[in-house]
Amino acid sequence: MIEPLSTSATETRERAERGGELVYRHRLPTRLWHWTNAVAIIVLLMSGLMISNAHPHLYWGEYGANFDQPWWSPPRFPGWATIPSTYNLALARHWHLFFAWILAFGLLAHLVISLVNRHIQRDLTLRRIELAPSHLWQDVKDHARLKFPTGQEALRYNVLQKIAYISIVFVVIPLLILTGLSLSPGFNAVMHWPLDLVGGRSSARSLHFICAGIIAAFIVVHLTLVLLAGPINEVRSMLTGWFRVPPDPDKPTAKLKRTLDTQ
Amino acid sequence: MTTILTRRALVGSLAAGGGAILSGCDRLGQNEQSRALLASGERGNYAFQRLLQDQTALAEEFAPSQRSPVFRANGTRMPCGTDYARHLAVNFNDWRLVVDGAVANPQAFSLDQIRAMPTRTQITRHDCVEGWSAIAKWHGVPLKLLLDRAGVSPQARYIVFHCADPQSNGTMYYESIDRIDAAHPQTMLAWGINDQLLPVQNGAPLRLRVERQLGYKHAKYVQRIEAVPSLAGIYGGKGGYWEDAAGYEWYAGL
Repeated sequence: MIEPLSTSATETRERAERGGELVYRHRLPTRLWHWTNAVAIIVLLMSGLMISNAHPHLYWGEYGANFDQPWWSPPRFPGWATIPSTYNLALARHWHLFFAWILAFGLLAHLVISLVNRHIQRDLTLRRIELAPSHLWQDVKDHARLKFPTGQEALRYNVLQKIAYISIVFVVIPLLILTGLSLSPGFNAVMHWPLDLVGGRSSARSLHFICAGIIAAFIVVHLTLVLLAGPINEVRSMLTGWFRVPPDPDKPTAKLKRTLDTQ
Repeated sequence: MTTILTRRALVGSLAAGGGAILSGCDRLGQNEQSRALLASGERGNYAFQRLLQDQTALAEEFAPSQRSPVFRANGTRMPCGTDYARHLAVNFNDWRLVVDGAVANPQAFSLDQIRAMPTRTQITRHDCVEGWSAIAKWHGVPLKLLLDRAGVSPQARYIVFHCADPQSNGTMYYESIDRIDAAHPQTMLAWGINDQLLPVQNGAPLRLRVERQLGYKHAKYVQRIEAVPSLAGIYGGKGGYWEDAAGYEWYAGL
């Protein structure tokens, strides 16, 4: 039995340091949420682009319509990027508001389960040593050189990865949900404070769009890194949980080491 | 070499997968059953909002200085046909607002009668389904006062608003709301905007304000209010012009 990510059983560490071994890296709740959320996010982004096409102007403040000054008018998004592919605001809203439930309650379930099974505390929590400027800078350099962690290091999230995941899971998606809910006049009657917080409905709509843009950028970076780090290994680990540890070139292989030890 | 091929294959399959998702989504959107499943999100939103909302929870009201400089008019700006033109020519002197259907005492109010009733003034935000918003001050009579005069039957579950503007598909604009929104203190038949009588483009002489829902529910040119036990049998049966014509949600609180 090989332990999941971040347990410190000696045997796991030994095997991991050796590299080349299959290690159980992602537990079932994480994998389930990842894929459910991926589908929901993509449907929400694409139907959201259709909704943007209905009035492609963004404003700050309480109100904003054709006679007011937009801070930005997004381009009209082409059919291949929208759901549905031809103009249909009513249907785009059906898609958007259905998958919004999956996004919101999926995130809620994921956060509760990840607190209970300690995924958040063990894998996502930033440690002081990781936040040291020298460590951060080293991680930035490693990313820039496309130097991916090997051995035991490959079983942990690196610090930039942690920061990205924390930002998305705890800041951007919650803000996306809150600003989305605030576009609802029915919800506004229940509570005014989210709109007061962001300065009005048109501001909430702008922030909703900006958060969606951040998510889209995250997806591009995420997929690029998956492709560069070894797509088959990465995708398999997110499907089955099993991850093949990249061997550490600087260390003697375990086999050799063991031979040396026994002599 | 193999990794390059793998990556290329993967990028290719991602693109192909993306195309499949898209055409799949379009087909799902056209399929009656999956469309019904998607639309179940609306029923969830309706139930959830009614659960969260106090029945009289108010939509936000604003200060006069927070109003939009220009209140955008949308939808019909000038009802076509001779009927409305005739009413407009005589300044709506013989316009009647009929309240009938499942009521004890059907009514026909003149505009003078309506303007003599207690007036409510509110500065609220109008949120269009397309995404724009505009803030204006509305003057009108609470719908509840009109309905109470008529004595709505307990069997009536919906209040339907019949309008004077014919639509491109040959039917007249109409809308409907439930009894909770009908009794809401901010729901009114407005006859004025920003201290003036309602202009034609904003729904003269009377329009609905139902502040906790999106713009297309706020029927303009209202000439008849009907209390009904069911929406079936009224035009397309989905409770409103946009609901029938394009599949927009009947509950437009979101």
